[in-house]
Amino acid sequence: MLAQLILSGLASGSLYAMMAIGLILVYKTTHILNFGYGDMTMFSTFIAYMLLTWYKLPFAVAFFGAIACGLLLGVIVDRGFLKLAKDAPVTSLFIATLGIGMILEAVAGWIWGYDTKPFPYVIKGPPLFLGGVVIRRHDLLVFGVAGAIALLLFAMFKFTDLGIAMRATAQNRQAARLMGIDVGKIATLSWALGVGLGALAGVLIAPIVFLDLSRMILVMIKAVAAAVLGGFTSLPGAIVGGLLLGVMENLTIYMPAALAPLKTTFVFLLIIIVLAIRPQGLLGEPVGRRV
Amino acid sequence: MLKLEGVSTYYGPIQALKEVTLEVEEGAIVAVLGANGAGKTTLMNTISGLVHPRAGEITFQGRRIDRLPAERIVRLGISLVPEGRQLFPDLTVWENLRMGAFIQRDHRGIKESLERVFAHFPVLRERRGQLAGTLSGGEQQMLAIARGLMARPRLLLLDEPSLGLSPVLVRELFRIIRELNREGTTLLLAEQNAHMALTTAMRGYILETGRLALSGPAAELRANERVRQLYLGVRAGTTPQTLS
Repeated sequence: MLAQLILSGLASGSLYAMMAIGLILVYKTTHILNFGYGDMTMFSTFIAYMLLTWYKLPFAVAFFGAIACGLLLGVIVDRGFLKLAKDAPVTSLFIATLGIGMILEAVAGWIWGYDTKPFPYVIKGPPLFLGGVVIRRHDLLVFGVAGAIALLLFAMFKFTDLGIAMRATAQNRQAARLMGIDVGKIATLSWALGVGLGALAGVLIAPIVFLDLSRMILVMIKAVAAAVLGGFTSLPGAIVGGLLLGVMENLTIYMPAALAPLKTTFVFLLIIIVLAIRPQGLLGEPVGRRV
Repeated sequence: MLKLEGVSTYYGPIQALKEVTLEVEEGAIVAVLGANGAGKTTLMNTISGLVHPRAGEITFQGRRIDRLPAERIVRLGISLVPEGRQLFPDLTVWENLRMGAFIQRDHRGIKESLERVFAHFPVLRERRGQLAGTLSGGEQQMLAIARGLMARPRLLLLDEPSLGLSPVLVRELFRIIRELNREGTTLLLAEQNAHMALTTAMRGYILETGRLALSGPAAELRANERVRQLYLGVRAGTTPQTLS
C-alpha cells in the first residue's frame, strides 16, 4: 500500500515538477512570476483536446499542437505584452500576466465551453503489476517524458552556449549584455520554454484531473508550492520539491478521517514548516546571500 | 580609434557626465583619473552602451556607437571589464570565460583566446572547474580581465581594475596591462590609483564631478602641481612616493 501511494505520488509529482520548472525558468531570467501560467497551460491543453476530439487527429499531433501553442503563447506574452511595458516595475508585470491569463480563460470558455471534459489517456490498456504495486501505463509515459525533459534541460544548461548564457543572464543581466548576450532574446526564449513545458505537463495531467477552465490553476498552485519547496531558484530543487509534494499529497490518506477536509491544506502546512526551518527551501541558495 | 565629443550622460535629473571630449588613439594606453563619484564608471558605461548619452557623439573606428546597445558594441571590438568585476558567481571559471567568448563562433579562435588568457593568468587554468564566486578577490579580478579578453577586443576598457588588490597584485596587474598593450590591444582604464595609472599610460584625463578638468601626456600630468597634490598625494615641493 505504501509503495503504491509513493509510486503514484511520484507520477503526479513529476508533473508538478515539470510545471514548476516552467515557472522558475521564466522567473530566473526575467524576475517575473507568471501568474497566468495556469491559464496558459489550460489553453494549450484545450488545443490538444480540440485536435484530438474535434478533428480526430492522432495523439502525436495533439501533443505537438499543445507544445507549439505553449511555445507561441510564451513568445506572444513576452514580445507582445511585456516588452511594451518593459519599464514598468516587475510587480506590475505579475498583474499583467494575470490579466493575460484571464483573457485566455474568456477566449477558452467562448471556444470550448464551460463544462468539464474528460481527456483521453494516450496509452490505454490494463495496468501493469510490479510485485504488489500497480502501475498505470500512463504513469510510465509520465516518468519517461519527465525524465527525458530533465536530462535535456540539464544538458542544455550545462553544455550549450545558449544554456550557459541563460544562467549567466539570470545571475547578472548587465554583465551578460557586456558579453554580447541579447538578454531580450533570452527572456523570450525562457518564456517560450517555460509556457511550452506547462503545455506538455498539461496534456499529461489532463487525463488524471480532467479539463476545464479553472482546473489547471489548481495544478499551477501546486507547481508554485513545489517551486517554493525546492527553493524557487533551483531547477533540481523544483524536481525534488515536485516529487516530494506529489508523495506527501498521497500520504495524507493516512490522516484521520475527521481531518480529511484539510487534506489539501495539509500540504501547504508542511511547506510552511519546511520554510520555517529552511527559509531558502530544500535546495535554494541561502537567504540574504550576496551575488 | 575612439572619440567622444561633448558627451553628457544623465541618471534621471542628475548629470553624471558634462560635455566630455576625449580621444583614445589606436595602440595607446589612456588613463582616466578621478575621485570617487567623478564619473569614471559612468564614462565607461556610456562608451560600452550600458547607458546612453543625452548629448554628444561617440565614434569608434569612424562609426557612431552612442545609440547602440551594449550587446552590439562588444561585437564591434570594445570590451568592458566593469567595476566590481561583475562575474557570474555560480558559473565556473571556464564557463565565465566561455561567456566572454559568446560573440565568437569560431571554435579554433576560442581555443586560441583561451590559451592566451591562460598564458597571462596561469592560476585560472588551475581553477577552471571552480565556481567564480569562490575565487579570491585577486583571482576574481584576473578572471574579469580574462573574460573581457575572450571577446578579442581591439579596445579594452578597464574600470577600476586595481580596486581591492594588494600592492603586489596591483604591480602584477599593471605589468599585464603593459603586456596586453604590447600585443596590440588598446586600453582605456579608469583608475583611482593615479600613480600606477600615470606611470603606465601614455595619456591621461582627469575627471572632476563629471567634467574634464585636465588632460595631457602622462608625464606632463605627473609633473603638474595640482595633479601631484590632489591625485598623487604629494605635497608641493616633494617627490612622489613610489608604491611598495
